[in-house]
Amino acid sequence: MAVNTRVRALEFLVQHKAVAGVIETVPTFRSLLVFYDPLVVGYDALCAALAELAAQAEHVSLPPPRIVELPCCYEDPELGIDLVPAAERLGLPPVELARLHAGAEYLVYFIGFTPGLPYMSGMPERIMLPRLETPRTKVPPGSVGIGGIQCCIYSVESPGGYWILGRTPLRLYDPEAPEPILLQPGDRVRFRAIDRREYDTIAAAVVAHTFTPVIA
Amino acid sequence: MIRVLEPGAQTTVQDLGRPGHLRYGIPPSGPIDRTAFVVANRLVGNADDAAGLECTVMGPRLEADAPCAIAVTGAEMPVTVNGGQASAWQTLILKPGNVVKLGPARAGVRAYVAFSGGIDLPLVLGSRATYLRGRLGGLGGRALRKDDRLTLFPAPLPPIRRASAAAIADLTVPPEIRVVLGPQADRFTEDGIAAFLGGEYEMLPQSDRMGARLKGPRIEHARGHDIISDGIALGSIQVPGDGQPIALLVDRQSTGGYTKIATIGSFDIGRLGQVKPGQRLRFRAIDLAEAHRLLRHWHASQMDVLEEA
Repeated sequence: MAVNTRVRALEFLVQHKAVAGVIETVPTFRSLLVFYDPLVVGYDALCAALAELAAQAEHVSLPPPRIVELPCCYEDPELGIDLVPAAERLGLPPVELARLHAGAEYLVYFIGFTPGLPYMSGMPERIMLPRLETPRTKVPPGSVGIGGIQCCIYSVESPGGYWILGRTPLRLYDPEAPEPILLQPGDRVRFRAIDRREYDTIAAAVVAHTFTPVIA
Repeated sequence: MIRVLEPGAQTTVQDLGRPGHLRYGIPPSGPIDRTAFVVANRLVGNADDAAGLECTVMGPRLEADAPCAIAVTGAEMPVTVNGGQASAWQTLILKPGNVVKLGPARAGVRAYVAFSGGIDLPLVLGSRATYLRGRLGGLGGRALRKDDRLTLFPAPLPPIRRASAAAIADLTVPPEIRVVLGPQADRFTEDGIAAFLGGEYEMLPQSDRMGARLKGPRIEHARGHDIISDGIALGSIQVPGDGQPIALLVDRQSTGGYTKIATIGSFDIGRLGQVKPGQRLRFRAIDLAEAHRLLRHWHASQMDVLEEA
């Protein structure tokens, strides 16, 4: 977590100091990918500039994180497809697994793989599980999954090897919205457990573009 | 206005792409063969970033309802206007009712069609490029369909010009693709690196705008094929557990957890994207200084590619 904080601090500095020649950056767990135009800045000059910023990154204080509330329906096995088997593996009642998962606050380390997919830490140790032995070929978007020390939310239909505990009716990626991506690196995420009726109500509002996510 | 009579196998609207969104998992998209795309735009008097079409394997049939100029570049697809043979890599003037057709590719994979003025579609995150997997940009985030209509920005007709022979690559020969080793070249054995640089790799039919899947001598890992996920550059060559390379292209995933043996120079991405399934290619390692020299040369060579027809 300390390493990832430094990665995001370095990215923040690179963006705000507008380093010449830098095109874009991709933060991940423990590295920052910097795309640059070698016709504008040489490799050695860029490395020197980045090394200087990396030293400063140790001391920089990042802007306060956004706190994003994600409604999540755990109770319906149609949505939380692995809640019961995961709870069994952990020796917990399903309700308790859902309570523990929703009770934690998660940090978005980075967004990657598919558009808008957050890689998050903050999982309570009691609910950690190795990934599925056989990954699914299709996981529906909005599925909230856990595997190892990670929690992620699938943003588009894709293959996946995480245990799916529930599903959020929000869209993490909506190509038709003016701002297609919901979460950003550094966001704090809190899940709010909802029942199937509320899930359906919010899902309908999301389709009608009348739902506003709770972001503090 | 351009009417789509037949869409072709996979024809998408592209411009020079949408950099700046990889940190949200959104790839840049844009044409795979950037040189061919830029030359097409210049032949019709457009800015380099005007939106045109990328046509894959089998081209479309299009009808113009007003006078306009077009140019076809890239893969060698036979071009006809109202059934009569027409030249690629040259400005063509269409009259109202003219039908232009691009046939199946004889060499190469991707042809480009530019229209004077460029295709008028809304900018999505700063670009008109289509990202098919993300259903983003272009025409509703999808490939063209029969009866689609493309509106063009108004523009005067340009002078008739053609591309100089030097701008046109020979797509029939197996290319040598130049790479800079790394960032995880140390995760492969010496034999693995030697296999990668010494062998011939065949393009597989599963290849697409996300990645080129290749088959050839197995590239041996030194210690495991997984890394802690990190960012993926244009032209990154991933090698998963099966030892077969995957070169990642313009619609790539932004991050990944497989070891990357090398990165292809941007100047050779277009050539790689024109290798047909079943055709072969080789890799050659160059150092970073050489790569930057070639990049400068590539940019400079695009400056002066047109001549009077």
